[in-house]
Amino acid sequence: MTTPPLTQRPRRLFTTNHNTLAKNYLLLALIAVITGTLLSLLMRLHRTWPDLAFPIHGIIRPEDYLALVTMHGTLMVFFVLTVVPQSAFPNLVLAAQIGSDRMAFPRLNAAAFWITALSLLTLLAAFFVPEGAPISGWTSYPPLSALAAAGPGQATGMDLWLIAITLFCLAAVLSSINFLATIAVCRAQGLTWTRLPLTVWSWLVSSGLTVIAFSALFIAAALLLADRHFGTSFFLPAGMVINGIPQALGSKAWGTGSPMLWLHLFWFFGHPEVYITILPGMGLASSILANFTRRPVPAYRMMIIATLLIGVLGLGVWGHHMFVSGMNPYAGTAFGLTTIAISVPSSAEVLTWLVMLFRGRMQLTTPMLFTLGFLSFFIAGGLTGPILAQPALDAYLHNTFFIVAHFHLVMAMAGVFSIFAGIYYWYPLLTGRRMNELLGKIHFWISLVAAYGTFFPMHLSGLAGEPRHYAQLAGPVESFTRLIPVERGITWSAFLLAAAQLIFLFNLFWSARRGTPASPNPWRATTLEWSPLPHPTVTSRPYEYGPAAGQSGDFHPQWEPEKPF
Amino acid sequence: MPATFTRHTVETERKDPGFGGKPPVDRRPTGGGGGDENWDSRHSRRHGPREQLIRYRMAVFSVLAADLVFFAVLVSAFFVRQSSVHIAPTDNVVSDWHPLSVPPILWINTAILLLSAFTIEIARRQLFHEIDIMEEWLGLGRPAVRRAAPWLIATIVLGCAFLGGQWMAWRQLAGQGFFFSSNPNTYFFYLVTGTHGAHLLLGIAALVFALVAMFRFKRVEMRQIAVDCTAWYWHAMGLFWLFLFVLLVFFQ
Ligand code: HEM
Ligand SMILES: [Cu+2]
Repeated sequence: MTTPPLTQRPRRLFTTNHNTLAKNYLLLALIAVITGTLLSLLMRLHRTWPDLAFPIHGIIRPEDYLALVTMHGTLMVFFVLTVVPQSAFPNLVLAAQIGSDRMAFPRLNAAAFWITALSLLTLLAAFFVPEGAPISGWTSYPPLSALAAAGPGQATGMDLWLIAITLFCLAAVLSSINFLATIAVCRAQGLTWTRLPLTVWSWLVSSGLTVIAFSALFIAAALLLADRHFGTSFFLPAGMVINGIPQALGSKAWGTGSPMLWLHLFWFFGHPEVYITILPGMGLASSILANFTRRPVPAYRMMIIATLLIGVLGLGVWGHHMFVSGMNPYAGTAFGLTTIAISVPSSAEVLTWLVMLFRGRMQLTTPMLFTLGFLSFFIAGGLTGPILAQPALDAYLHNTFFIVAHFHLVMAMAGVFSIFAGIYYWYPLLTGRRMNELLGKIHFWISLVAAYGTFFPMHLSGLAGEPRHYAQLAGPVESFTRLIPVERGITWSAFLLAAAQLIFLFNLFWSARRGTPASPNPWRATTLEWSPLPHPTVTSRPYEYGPAAGQSGDFHPQWEPEKPF
Repeated sequence: MPATFTRHTVETERKDPGFGGKPPVDRRPTGGGGGDENWDSRHSRRHGPREQLIRYRMAVFSVLAADLVFFAVLVSAFFVRQSSVHIAPTDNVVSDWHPLSVPPILWINTAILLLSAFTIEIARRQLFHEIDIMEEWLGLGRPAVRRAAPWLIATIVLGCAFLGGQWMAWRQLAGQGFFFSSNPNTYFFYLVTGTHGAHLLLGIAALVFALVAMFRFKRVEMRQIAVDCTAWYWHAMGLFWLFLFVLLVFFQ
């Protein structure tokens, strides 16, 4: 019994079917990404035309700008870049890729979705409470995030943010537990560890990282809530003064907490989190490159080892976000070294992909184009990583737009492009149809150009010293006014980037009805999500492409019995 | 169905239970687990009872991994908080950390919790005794349940005693004027014991569930899973407590 396409099944609200849950997750991420994009456009508008008054709201005040930054970052990092690769995609194909028609714990899995949805609602509610959304950025450093008096939005808004994050952590851990158990025990007959597609390996590692990293954030957020409401001072230093008013809780002054503790805990979560968001994309890139160059993944075992190494090393580099935080300088050097170390397995994967490109003939389908885009962003953003990993250089670059450029290329754009690659690639599984190729290609090229146009110049303004999280450049101090033309270019480019996504949205919904019906294995792929039957017996490796690979053409699907020799 | 069976047939069943296989029995000290993980030659045993047991154990161990991080973060926060100081206007280095001597009753509680680890382990092993399991599986009464139930009940009693003891420790501290937000050390004390206690409360709920499950569940494997997973959770909580206890007593 294969699972029929979603459109044919009655939609029940509280389903435990992982395919329906995947669709729900995608819808949730769509809401988040649309909201997040609109917020970012507001930021760009304000940076370029600070005096622009908006219909209902009026002028964007500095605190509004900070609220926009915070909500944009939180929505994008958690509800888009984490939810899609680490929740929606595994629900869509993980079980199928290991030849199972069910997950290990379907109800746990469904519960995780509903907790995620509740978390999103809680977060969005922060816009509507008195004083509005929190303003301390997606990293929410104390003491500002610990004191309601620290600014508008830091009272109820901040509480809602913390509750939303706590819920999200819970959901992430629960769904990862399901994935781990599923990969461990639901594999088809003969699907040994070295016959798993690299996407499955990626989900294994990213789920392991999720269990560790999100548990740390969970308790950190809980401790911060305790600081805010139960009179503790884990993160609150003594002698806090805001606007000339000494801060105290009732009659008692704050104790001697340490904001550094939050930084450590947050980045102990934060760095693994960036790999949680990108590892599934890396696995997908390997699969898609093999599929559309019609060549196996060379050094398949090495790719597995690199994935595992990234997972392990990723837990030990968090301090590179804290070089200028007052941390012990020797620790800074150590974290600099571990950071350089982790770029070795990442580079190994990148080099393997490049080798794949030069060995095969490329079929430039839309998923392939987006994978190439992913690759280009991952390299372009990755190149600035080792620069930032030098404590001395980072002292200058930290909190400038250079950082914004780095992570928007390496995490945001690479992540989003691999999400697009995944959606174009797996769309037939969702709807039984293919997305329109021409629209897909137009979408790709505009997005590629506009994304570079948006984020590449940020390197320049960062090098010029433009600080991050500032609402405007113009003002009493003139030093940055010469950057205003750059800013304007970025803004136009950002609008172009956002507009290009309308093509995608149109294609997404239009193709569901009108797209060309897809054959059961439209990309002539080898991995099991395209298998016509469940529970196949697997005898071959995941990426058997190439002229010598199979009887049925230039590939040997994993569900077909061993080729006779 | 043959009334007698030889070891040999059981052995083959164990390797390849397939659909409706016999429930796992205890051949090794670890219980039903099985250490035959071989990187390349492992064939997944879909839908077998052993597979089910492994699946649930995987889930419990993942939860415990998450919990381990949870407590590890708490402990590291403890040390950071302990060592953080500020410079007073008089140029003195000031710390607001006041060492706390924990109520002695904690020693008794710890002993109780250790004892409960033994009782639950005995209960768990009863459910994997080969002869008993086979009798049950063949429909000849429920000797395993009969033998395991008292030990489970004993564990529940000990668990409740531990929680009661912790409650008394709280009362004693409160009696001495140390409340949650009195000073950093006391809120760590309350936080550590409180979160651990909450975990244990869940554990007791799981124990009660396992007890009911033993009598209600029709399938032997499901009974095994209920008791087995609860036992591993309980062991982990015991272990966590040992570490936390050492932290609270010796690292002030
Ligand atoms: C070659 C590998 C990489 C190196 C050496 C590297 C290095 C760094 C360093 C040193 C910083 C801190 C800069 C600062 O805040 O002053 C940083 C920030 C960041 N990196 Fe990377 N990085 C690498 C790859 C990645 C990847 C693969 C991702 C995401 C998928 C990523 C996402 C981020 C993010 C989100 C931040 C900024 C966080 C914030 O402050 O808000 N990086 N990176
Ligand atoms: Cu990092």
